[in-house]
Amino acid sequence: MSMLVEIHRDDLASKTGMWLFLFTEMLLFGGLFVVYTVYRFRNQVAFHLAAGELSVVIGTLNTVILLTSSATIAMSVTAIQKRNKKLTLLLLGITVLLGIGFLINKYFEWGGHIKENIYPGSSILALRGQGDVLFYGLYYFMTGLHALHIVIGLVFIGFIISFVARDKVNSGNFVLLENSGLYWHLVDLIWIFLFPLFYLIT
Amino acid sequence: MSPEKTTEEPSYLDYKGKYRGIFSWIFSTDHKRIGLLYLFSILTLFIIGATLGLLMKFELIAPGGTIMDAQSYNAFFTLHGIVMIFAVVIPGLPAVFGNFLLPLMIGAKDVAFPKINLLSWYLYVIGVTLVILSQFAGDGPPDTGWTFYAPYSFRTTNTMLPAVFGAFVLGFSSILTGLNFLVTIHRMRAPGMTWLKMPLFPWSLYATGWVQLLATPIIGITLLMVVAERTLKIGFFDPTLGGDPILYQHLFWTYSHPAVYIMILPAMGAISEMISTFSHKTIFGYRFMVVSILAIAFVGYFVWGHHMFTSGMSGTALYAFSLLTFLVAIPSAIKVFNWISTMHKGSIDLQTPFYWAIAFIFVFMIGGYSGLILGSLAANVHLHNTHFVVAHFHFIVFGGTGFAFFGAAHYWFPKITGKMYDSRWANIGLILFFIGFLALYAPMFYLGFKGMPRRYFDYDEVFHAGNIISTMGSWILYSGLAVIIINLFSSLKGGKKAPSDPWGGKTLEWTVPSPPPVENFTETPVITKGPYDYK
Repeated sequence: MSMLVEIHRDDLASKTGMWLFLFTEMLLFGGLFVVYTVYRFRNQVAFHLAAGELSVVIGTLNTVILLTSSATIAMSVTAIQKRNKKLTLLLLGITVLLGIGFLINKYFEWGGHIKENIYPGSSILALRGQGDVLFYGLYYFMTGLHALHIVIGLVFIGFIISFVARDKVNSGNFVLLENSGLYWHLVDLIWIFLFPLFYLIT
Repeated sequence: MSPEKTTEEPSYLDYKGKYRGIFSWIFSTDHKRIGLLYLFSILTLFIIGATLGLLMKFELIAPGGTIMDAQSYNAFFTLHGIVMIFAVVIPGLPAVFGNFLLPLMIGAKDVAFPKINLLSWYLYVIGVTLVILSQFAGDGPPDTGWTFYAPYSFRTTNTMLPAVFGAFVLGFSSILTGLNFLVTIHRMRAPGMTWLKMPLFPWSLYATGWVQLLATPIIGITLLMVVAERTLKIGFFDPTLGGDPILYQHLFWTYSHPAVYIMILPAMGAISEMISTFSHKTIFGYRFMVVSILAIAFVGYFVWGHHMFTSGMSGTALYAFSLLTFLVAIPSAIKVFNWISTMHKGSIDLQTPFYWAIAFIFVFMIGGYSGLILGSLAANVHLHNTHFVVAHFHFIVFGGTGFAFFGAAHYWFPKITGKMYDSRWANIGLILFFIGFLALYAPMFYLGFKGMPRRYFDYDEVFHAGNIISTMGSWILYSGLAVIIINLFSSLKGGKKAPSDPWGGKTLEWTVPSPPPVENFTETPVITKGPYDYK
């Protein structure tokens, strides 16, 4: 409302706020991890077999993509501190491209399953038994929610790119970039748990 | 009483910002204006919720259908629950009085994120709109109860999605408020205000903030799972698809029990302020108060299972949850003990907020003790899902939070509006409210003990007498409510001008003029003494 409040800037407060928000994100997924654990415990064989059907290649590829994108956004934070606007924009651009690449992979992966009539509510999936229904239900829901976070993260980074281009985010004021970096790392971190839970434990 | 404070700056009510009229409110990022936005939205919803309750009680005045059928009764208690829990009691004290007073009490100019603060109010309005929409959209109003229990919530053919998603959005709004307060308290306390020099209301908001932050995401994801269950047929909780309805209850109460502490902790904080101020004495056992606030918030996470004693759990889990439930009573009892001890040998000024505070202690203790009865395993089997639970719950949530809310409304009314209320009518309203409250809810203990189940529009003839008293109580309560609200509103026009410190309070909000200027403090206060520095 007042001028004073707008001029007043507290980067540490912004970052604290972001960290607290990340806690809530972790707990949001935490609820799903609990549900996953319970149903995995109850349907061990079905989960074991169903997990074997997922493509480890695409999963690994996406893991590499996300880890790389986390590295590029972290580098962009250093780049802006070194007043290298061009490099910052380049690194953020790479991050966005990698994020989009992740989604493209996801699209083909999901598309492949859906072609085989494996999706929630499909009668063919229902015939395979409850363990499979739960596994794929969780698979679609958890990776879907994760993909939604990727999209939100990409939108954020898109804004940051335009801010950097217009010098609204600069070497003296880059807390927004740092915060979207934190968010992007969280999305990455959640994937690091999703990947073994769905693809590797077979 | 300190000398009258004056300032050249316009008060937050007179300040002319960029916008005019209604926009100067709904686009304002001033924490005081946002607090009032919340106040008016919550008051409106409270009146809606209370009217639904009044009609439900009228239905129960005699056995059989009186004014509604079974299905309408289901819809009524569902909407009453959703509105009252998610839109009134959870945001009630933190979003209204927390927003208005937290920065004032810790000597800050605003909250840490004023824009997010406004965003959280927008989300609140969106959430409420969705819930209200679900009443009129499509296939009939939600009829599952506010708990959205599986499998009702995905088997019912009535409209559920807007209500479930509305509750999700309200949760998000609550998270943002909590996050904002946490950062505000960490970063914006006035110089010299160490943690143990902070007043108890901010302390209670701090603990509440953590609970909002760490518990609400669980219900968020659970409600999203219900949405997915209904739209995509993912079998999270549907036994026919391999899911487990009990798991829903676990996830739901993992949030919804701590939510009770979101409701009651700020109430306890506000009551502590009132009791210290009107006893003109420093709060007894300040450190114990702080520790017990944090202990309640912490232990509150581990007791959710006591909502599910009859749902099917292992014996070990039953004993553990029962024991933990009893443990929560200890810090609560410490607080009651300290409130009473604060009054001891104080110079008590019998003002309306003080009456509300002692009424709070009275009903809170009844509510707390009945909670222990429900927390013991054997008694719970008998009392589960009876009117006893309804009575216990309303004694805590309406008796606790509601009494604290109206106490706080009277206590801070002069600060917020710059006017004094008419204390004679305020006291009459309180007396009606108190008598009505006891008449309405006390018979429910008896009815529940005798076996009257909750959530039915009909009952056996043997329960008739108790229900008549209860229904008549609802009329007295409602008229008391009308007196209180009309009195406060008419005092806005006719009330005397309030001094900056009408009660002789020692916390920082009383050092600024009433109503406070836009920037709260002309000079940043420097704190050298504890919060309740009475001689």
